Amino acid sequence: MDRTVLGVDFAAGQPRWVDRAQDEITKKPMVKLPCVTIRFAGDSGDGMQLTGTQFSDTSALAGNDISTMPDYPSEIRAPAGTLAGVSGYQIQFSSSDIFTPGDEVDTLVAMNPAALRANLKSVRAGGTVIVNEDAFTAVDLKKAGYDNNPIEGDSIGGNRLVKVPIDRLNAEALKSSGLTAKQIDRCKNFFTLGLLCWLYDRPLEPTLKYITAKFGKKSPPLAMANSVVLKAGHDYGENAELFPVQYFVAKAKLPPGRYRKLTGNEAIALGLVTAARLAGKDLFYGSYPITPATDILHNLAELKHAGVVTFQAEDEIAAIGSAIGASFGGAIAVTGTSGPGVALKSEAIGLAVMTELPLVIVNVQRGGPSTGLPTKTEQADLLQAVLGRNGECPLPVIAATSPADCFNAAVEACTIAVRYMTPVMLLSDGYIANSAEPWLIPDARSMPKIEIAHPTAGNNGDVFQPYRRNEDGARPWAVPGTAGLEHRIGGLEKQDGDGTISYDPANHEKMVGLRAAKVAGIRPAGAAFYWTGLEHGDVLIVGWGGTHGAIKAATLDLRKHGAAVSACQVRYLNPFPQRLGELLARFKTVLVPELNLGQLALLLRAQYGIKTVSLTKVRGQPFTISEIIAAAKTHLPVQLKSLVA
Amino acid sequence: MEILNNPSPPKETCAGCTPADFASDQEVRWCPGCGDYSILAQTKKVLAKLGIPRSKIVFVSGIGCSSRFPYYLNTYGFHSIHGRAPTIATGLKLARPDLDVWITTGDGDALSIGGNHLLHTLRRNPNLKILLFNNRIYGLTKGQYSPTSLKGAKTKSSPMGSLDTPIRPMSFALGCGATFAARSIAVDTRHLEYVLERAAKHVGTSLVEIYQNCVIFNDGAFNYATEKDLKPDTLVYLEHGKPLIFGKNRDKAIGLNNRLQPQVVNVSDTKPADLLVHDEREATPAVSFLLSNLTQPDFPEPMGVFRAVEQDSFDAMVHAQIAQARAQRGQADLQAMLDGSESWIVQ
Repeated sequence: MDRTVLGVDFAAGQPRWVDRAQDEITKKPMVKLPCVTIRFAGDSGDGMQLTGTQFSDTSALAGNDISTMPDYPSEIRAPAGTLAGVSGYQIQFSSSDIFTPGDEVDTLVAMNPAALRANLKSVRAGGTVIVNEDAFTAVDLKKAGYDNNPIEGDSIGGNRLVKVPIDRLNAEALKSSGLTAKQIDRCKNFFTLGLLCWLYDRPLEPTLKYITAKFGKKSPPLAMANSVVLKAGHDYGENAELFPVQYFVAKAKLPPGRYRKLTGNEAIALGLVTAARLAGKDLFYGSYPITPATDILHNLAELKHAGVVTFQAEDEIAAIGSAIGASFGGAIAVTGTSGPGVALKSEAIGLAVMTELPLVIVNVQRGGPSTGLPTKTEQADLLQAVLGRNGECPLPVIAATSPADCFNAAVEACTIAVRYMTPVMLLSDGYIANSAEPWLIPDARSMPKIEIAHPTAGNNGDVFQPYRRNEDGARPWAVPGTAGLEHRIGGLEKQDGDGTISYDPANHEKMVGLRAAKVAGIRPAGAAFYWTGLEHGDVLIVGWGGTHGAIKAATLDLRKHGAAVSACQVRYLNPFPQRLGELLARFKTVLVPELNLGQLALLLRAQYGIKTVSLTKVRGQPFTISEIIAAAKTHLPVQLKSLVA
Repeated sequence: MEILNNPSPPKETCAGCTPADFASDQEVRWCPGCGDYSILAQTKKVLAKLGIPRSKIVFVSGIGCSSRFPYYLNTYGFHSIHGRAPTIATGLKLARPDLDVWITTGDGDALSIGGNHLLHTLRRNPNLKILLFNNRIYGLTKGQYSPTSLKGAKTKSSPMGSLDTPIRPMSFALGCGATFAARSIAVDTRHLEYVLERAAKHVGTSLVEIYQNCVIFNDGAFNYATEKDLKPDTLVYLEHGKPLIFGKNRDKAIGLNNRLQPQVVNVSDTKPADLLVHDEREATPAVSFLLSNLTQPDFPEPMGVFRAVEQDSFDAMVHAQIAQARAQRGQADLQAMLDGSESWIVQ
């Protein structure tokens, strides 16, 4: 028996449901789609991030492949109704493999005029725009800069316009709830979510479960109100003539196994704690709050029962200092930040290079320079990561390529750090940090252990030499508490082998060389790069970091149309993968798309003496697939250019 | 939540150690006559008395003459970067609460470039011993005024006299809520040894300011406090539960006037009840702070333990939370963490 909600009677402590027989339910025609991109947009207080996240969770649980992208302002609550305060959340869900949150939006949900104005341009031609018509008041239209009401007709900019009186319908459903007008208004994102769940045939149960978990104990009336409007939104879709058809997206054919949805920041936190477990160690994470890296600290602070020590330091320098101290003490030590924080940590990174202690520095990049664009993505810290310190100060640099890849990259960074006794820079970016995708959960038992052997006795007869190296060029990790191995380390140059202070010119030159050779000889602990296509052809698209999704999707599309295009997403940026130079030479054109002004291209030219073509973008947004395709097309043989979409 | 402070490290393997057992094989390279030699000697004496194995002791330093200290002890040591020793020591102590962690630092290292870290270390109260060598000058960079240089100090970077008002390390520490703050002087070996031993045994952060003469760039800065005929009138020794009596004839003391301002009083003219009696265990640091304001030439400068109060150490509380989380949630299983709370199966 299906039921529909009539309203809520809080005096009775119950929603008022009406039971309906199956034949009363007006089933609308169902249209099957391969994939859909939706963007929820509203004021930063409208709960759009929550709405988007719930819709994503529901879609992932329903078996679709998903890719999401939140897009929010750096102000917590910019003035209500203004363009500055618009918060958006985009999700693509699909019945096949997808790699990005979608270039263009099929359905935009705009909760107010500012949200419409800021996002209308992202809607594909012939898409759908659903607006909360109650929010299109004279005052809010003015705040958004509209002279005339843009939603007077039944289309907008060539898109179908669907006007829903969300405020009124939401208030009507809760009129007898006893909640204040303000409380009622705050429930409307669940009405919207309910409506979209109907439109795309998503079950309500995951959200009902979420509402119970979130509000059930704290505020039962709010839990009930949110559940009621969620159902009311769903019913509205079912009954209103505004929506003639319902859509559905079939399950994606993903490799079998257990999945969960993961953002890049969640994946890094999980990867770090996993690495510590695989090494049989406790994790120490020293950090200072900074967007967009702070969620890593939040996630790890929840894992105290796993022996994780999180230390919220007084500043970025103290954060890395504490991690260096913990590393000296034998912990898996990590500090996480964004570009401005790396700038502050640079001197201490040099100390870790000099003392050759294992350490992972996570940089979740954001728009720069200086404070820049804190909540927007960019990849402009590559040269800082590879070169940005005083002296000859080499360290390995690994870049994660997607939200789920952040997990692997974090485990690999820890593995390299302890194997080679070196700080490792792990690069993520604001886009993959906050985006989510399904992640095939690994079997913990099948993950290789990270071997660490702390010395317990001398390594030169009875004498312990802290800078005597092994075949990898790594020095021994002797930890305090080990009797007989007492030694002193520091930032001054060391005598090769015994590690005492040395100002000898020849020794300094030797030590600079040994440190450089150690890093240059690092072998990857995972995939050195991800390759798409054949190992020869007309165009090789070389990328790094979070551009992987767009580059891979573009490459597959170009190849489908017969273009000899391949892609190489470099994960190990220092040292470069062994085969990279040879592979680059097999293509007529090396196209390097980056969210900066050409930093990887510069390093590739410097290292291999090749010609590169840069595709650069510094707009705080990731590449779209079509941008990559358009750039690659200009380098294809003439007869192929017209073939490609 | 009951917090148990970390127990003292085991004593068995270093019983019978002598100060000489703590000397490293490195040649000590301070200038001849530098006050640092005495600090090193008294520290070795105290370490020998503690009975903690050398392997369990770590000295962490920043940059400056004082920060060469770890090289001259055969414990574990970390000579880090300017001002950051407290950060490294805090991380080390959090990761390894079983270790006995010391910091050696100077007035520039601790109070100028490292001032922020010192502030936060003192308020958090991790179990660390901080020895602050105060010579009121930048020595290693060859003679610039430091944050403790007196106003008007003529140095290479202040040829017409420093314009900065000096910071008083004891006032700074007490303002940050230090649970142990004490002052001594390098050449007063017995007093220094006493203060260092008190600091070593304190649970929480202990800060010891040590007046130390730089023979090259600020020679004689503390003559007023070291000359035999001057110091009875320029110093007052703090003793818990006793009035602050000083002077060649021990006839002067510190009292408070009716506006609660300190004043020098004659012991013979003053009722015993009106003499300020030192209480290092006072719950608030207010009176200790007042004492830290006593400076030459108007007042004798107090020497000894300004404050020593019991508080849970930061490292003990951090590990108590971990223990509490484990008690509530059980030991974390890796697979369970990987699986998370919401997952689904694709066939």
